Amino acid sequence: MSDNLAASPLLSVENLKVHFAIRAGVFQRQVGEVKAVDGVSFSIGAGETLGLVGESGCGKSTTGLALMGLVKATDGRIAMQGAEDVTAMRSVPRAHRRRMQIIFQDPFSSLNPRQRIRDIIRAPLDIHGIGTTEERRAEVAKLISLVGLRPDQADNFPHQFSGGQRQRIGIARALALKPDIIVCDEPVSALDVSVQAQILNLLADLQRELGLSYLFISHDLGVVEHVSHRVAVMYLGRIVETGPKKAIFSKPLHPYSELLLRSAPSHDPHRRHQFSAVSDDIPSATKKPSGCAFHTRCPLATDICRRIEPQLEVKADGQFVACHHR
Amino acid sequence: MQDRVLEKTMEPALAVSDLNVEILGENGAFPVVSEMSLSVRPGETVCIVGESGCGKSMTALSLLRLLPDSARIASGSIRIHGEDFLAMGGRQVEDFRGDKIAMIFQEPLTALNPVLTIGEQIAESVRQHRKLGKREAFARAVKCLELVQMPDPARRARQYPHELSGGMRQRAMIALALACEPKIIIADEPTTALDVTVQAQILGLISDLQKRLGTAQVLITHDLGVVAEIADRVIVMYAGRRVEECSVYELFDNPIHPYTIGLMGAVPRAASHDGEAQTAPERLTDIPGTVPPLWDLPKGCAFAPRCPRASARCLEERPPFIEKTPGHFAACWEHDNVR
Ligand SMILES: Nc1ncnc2c1ncn2[C@@H]1O[C@H](COP(=O)(O)OP(=O)(O)OP(=O)(O)O)[C@@H](O)[C@H]1O
Ligand SMILES: Nc1ncnc2c1ncn2[C@@H]1O[C@H](COP(=O)(O)OP(=O)(O)O)[C@@H](O)[C@H]1O
Ligand code: SF4
Ligand code: SF4
Ligand SMILES: [Mg+2]
Ligand SMILES: [Mg+2]
Repeated sequence: MSDNLAASPLLSVENLKVHFAIRAGVFQRQVGEVKAVDGVSFSIGAGETLGLVGESGCGKSTTGLALMGLVKATDGRIAMQGAEDVTAMRSVPRAHRRRMQIIFQDPFSSLNPRQRIRDIIRAPLDIHGIGTTEERRAEVAKLISLVGLRPDQADNFPHQFSGGQRQRIGIARALALKPDIIVCDEPVSALDVSVQAQILNLLADLQRELGLSYLFISHDLGVVEHVSHRVAVMYLGRIVETGPKKAIFSKPLHPYSELLLRSAPSHDPHRRHQFSAVSDDIPSATKKPSGCAFHTRCPLATDICRRIEPQLEVKADGQFVACHHR
Repeated sequence: MQDRVLEKTMEPALAVSDLNVEILGENGAFPVVSEMSLSVRPGETVCIVGESGCGKSMTALSLLRLLPDSARIASGSIRIHGEDFLAMGGRQVEDFRGDKIAMIFQEPLTALNPVLTIGEQIAESVRQHRKLGKREAFARAVKCLELVQMPDPARRARQYPHELSGGMRQRAMIALALACEPKIIIADEPTTALDVTVQAQILGLISDLQKRLGTAQVLITHDLGVVAEIADRVIVMYAGRRVEECSVYELFDNPIHPYTIGLMGAVPRAASHDGEAQTAPERLTDIPGTVPPLWDLPKGCAFAPRCPRASARCLEERPPFIEKTPGHFAACWEHDNVR
């Protein structure tokens, strides 16, 4: 799938950086910097899902927010097919915003509790002035059934819905402007597995019917393997490995990808892991190690790893790895 | 296998029978845990698995008699090494808690005292049960941190909970639970708040410690992957009740209850590292609907509104929890009809 996309991807991100200032004291003087996203590049084709996986604090959400223009990129280029580069602009133009939407982990906090769901879903149409009142009403009805809610629920308020239903509302709202791509930031992490499966199935159906692309952010390897066409593994602000889903899950090359997969529970009591109880030295984004940021935990680390940051290089068919020794 | 036979002859460390817990709501009391029975032998890990709100934490808290004011044990018995825990008075309960039975919580940051160092908290707990001087108790705390493989234990003992990473905090809480070498550990979602690599370490630690100390464990989780890694026996809960119970092998090889089968189909799994990656199925087999609220349970089988095999009888009568095949219990009408 990804091969013919390379020519002109729907979305391409080059060397994206998001650095936050750390401030302290009464005068809120800058005392440091968090390099939450520090040189991330990827592309997503039409109808494709790129899974972005990594542990807490590695910069997944910040990447998603930067794409949406919800946090300011420090550097880099974000380009949509057939549109101008939006990275440097003070405010992201509407045309760009319409083509890319986001859904969040916690559907509740992202829905206005005092709005009826028909109004929540219609809001983007109002804001962008799309269609007549009558057309908007019809569109909302269509969206409500598209995401598997009942028409008679349109007048209810968010608190009258379960977590899974609220996520459906969030998806309907994101679909209102007919985007090409949806950033899904841990959309099922807060849900029970039985409901999680419903939402994952809905997202897959929508992708097939509408040709949507997803940037699917998750820390859950099982979910990422299930939904993705391609996968990017992130560690402390950098993509350390990316490639076709199959390659990443069957022959990961980066030592961090290996560690992640080795740590995932087996779901088969006949094939248990012998997990080691030993704690390793897990750094934080505020104290990022020199050179390869993974060197404090890497069994293969040598002197060069501590000094020089490895760059992503192609190591196998479509599989890029940032490691001196792989 | 021979060990298993030996274990069978051993007295259970913890035996719960017919436990009923209710919540005192605005419109009267309603049950959150019904007819719960379980027994755990030394060296054994029983996992309780189920979705959120099914009563797992309420079960755990009642085992330690730590229920919030809004809930109470309505009936049933809890025996710890044969002694009737529910008949004990306040003082004796305090003596047992920490010494004979201890709890590991999901969120160590809320369970640990923020204004005491890790070492002070463990030492204090030790001094509640053992006649030790302050300095001896602190030395014991450092030993406990060593036991849970806390890096640099002597230094960490002098740090406050917020100064530790999530994984180290969970190690500190396990050290706190183990301080008086209780023979029974109740762990409520001990790895849920952790990253997957840290979860693996903590699961490794929990099973290492159990092998060394021979504790009886009840481990509560919503994650079937964790169950597969660590359980000897498994209880599947739905809406406050046991719906299936058997050995972990039996559960994954021959699940009986439609809810268990549904859960297993709903979980997307990461292929194991050594094997060939699975080709992801197009769709997961989802379970329609959601868990019913406990104050408004359907009349018959609580799972009936979501069950693909529900019949008229399921809507009317609740199926009894009975042994379907040797050692394998379930509450389902349909299974009898199939056999
Ligand atoms: N507004 C902000 N100001 C300062 N630091 C921030 C801000 N937002 C995020 N960070 C920091 O940037 C890093 C990356 O955060 P981010 O939320 O992107 O991680 P994540 O991969 O989404 O993690 P999780 O899996 O926990 O959601 C973290 O160290 C975080 O503390
Ligand atoms: N402190 C409390 N007071 C009243 N109800 C509670 C309290 N804690 C939990 N509950 C209710 O008890 C039920 C079972 O909760 P819990 O045991 O925490 O579920 P689980 O751990 O399986 O997710 C839920 O309906 C929950 O809302
Ligand atoms: S560059 Fe070195 S430290 Fe980094 S992953 Fe590769 S071997 Fe390990
Ligand atoms: S008793 Fe009936 S409704 Fe309940 S799980 Fe069995 S088949 Fe389904
Ligand atoms: Mg995030
Ligand atoms: Mg709970």
